[in-house]
This record gives sequence, structure tokens and C-alpha cells, in this order.
Amino acid sequence: MPAKIEKVSIIISKGSLEGVYPGLIMANGARAEGMEANLFFTFFGLDAVHKVRHEHIKLATVGNPGLHLATWAGGLPGVSSVMTHYMARKMDALDIPSIPEFVEMIADTGAGLYACKASADLFGITKEDLIEQVKDIITVGEFYDLAAGGEIIFT
Amino acid sequence: MPTVTYAGTAVTVNDEGFFTDPEQWREEMAPLIARQDGIAGLTERHWQVIKFMRHEYETKGTGPTVRVLGKTSGVTVKELYQLFPKGPAKTAAKIAGIPKPRGCI
Repeated sequence: MPAKIEKVSIIISKGSLEGVYPGLIMANGARAEGMEANLFFTFFGLDAVHKVRHEHIKLATVGNPGLHLATWAGGLPGVSSVMTHYMARKMDALDIPSIPEFVEMIADTGAGLYACKASADLFGITKEDLIEQVKDIITVGEFYDLAAGGEIIFT
Repeated sequence: MPTVTYAGTAVTVNDEGFFTDPEQWREEMAPLIARQDGIAGLTERHWQVIKFMRHEYETKGTGPTVRVLGKTSGVTVKELYQLFPKGPAKTAAKIAGIPKPRGCI
């Protein structure tokens, strides 16, 4: 049997619902398997750990062919909210936690949460804007140091 | 299927060490399985989780995931990882002699 993965560092770079969940599920699953896990939030992915915005992460209804919804329809006012609400109900039925709850749970599992410095600078975000579970705002070099000896997953 | 002997009784386990027949499990086997997974001694809190795992398996036919454990076992996610650092649901299931819980969250 091949050797087990011992450590993963997962980058979340997108700020849509479907962009955030996969990375969270992979990080949580890694911890559940006993692996060491770090999460690095960059660019619009920072919204997932932003105190104000993390409760309002929406499903992308434009430019998302997987949704099987005409692009013009996806762009109508309110459609993204309605679809997000619909998805949230389905997820709740399956006991999939909301993004704020999930991020908090992942921090409780002992995974490290970090924000990207370049993105924070770009958006004028400081540590005070981020949820308390974020350990630090770090540079790409520091991220590679943290990720040393493990697998890196970009989402 | 490999056979392992715990507390003088031979039991069948899968490649990962999970019991293939939970009926073969006895409480006195738990500390021995735990030691193999790096847990030197089982405390009251460990037992609370192990007994909960057995109960869930007996009533639902499958063991709970970490999220379910955190919500319903009376032990928080944080403490679960302190008790079972190598993965609470997975390790506790192994110690409780039930199959590995299948669930993504």
C-alpha cells in the first residue's frame, strides 16, 4: 500500500459558495483522517474568513454552466440570493454546516487558518476585519514554509 | 481478512484494523486497540465517546462523523481532537470495534 498523506495545505482562492466549500471539506476531511492541515485564504477566498462577509457568500449564477441556468436568467436581480438560499436549505437537510460554522469547526479540529498578505493589502483588510480563528496574515514565502513536507491543494 | 488477538480472543479485522464483526468486540479489548493507535490510557471522556460510537452504530447501523460527534456526544470538536489526535471518529470507531464511519463532513 502506498504511504499515507501526512499533511496538506489547502488554498482557497474563490469567494463563491461553490468556490469555498470544496476546500473546507478537504481540510476538515484531512483532519478527520488524522492529517495535519493548513488553510490559506487568498484573493476573494478571504471572504470566507471575513467577519462581515462570511455569512453572505453566494452561489455564482452567472458564468456557471454547471448550474444549467441560462446566463441571462442568472444575472437577474435576486437570482443569486434565491439560488443560494435554495442550496443552503438542501445542505442543511444533509447536515452540511454553513460557511461560518464550518470554518469555526475546522479551526476547532486544530487546522491552521491563514490569510494572504498580498490580498489583504489589495483589499485594505487587516486582522481586525477577519474572524478570530485566523492565526495570522502571512506572505507567500511563509505559506511555503508552513506547507513544507506536505501536499499543496489549490482551489 | 487478518486475525488479531485482543484480551485472549481472536477477532477478524480489515486491512486498516477495523473490526469486521462488531459482535466480537468486548470492553476489555478497547484499551489494547487504543494503545496501538497511540492512546496510552482511556479516560472517562474517551469512554463517553467510545460508548456513544457503539450506541450510534447499534441504533443506526453506521458510526457518526466528527461533526455529528461534536453536536451530539456531549464532547466538543476541540476536545474530541485532544482525546483522539489521529482523527476522533476514525480512531474511536476502531477502538469501539465498529466499521470506519463513512461521511465527508
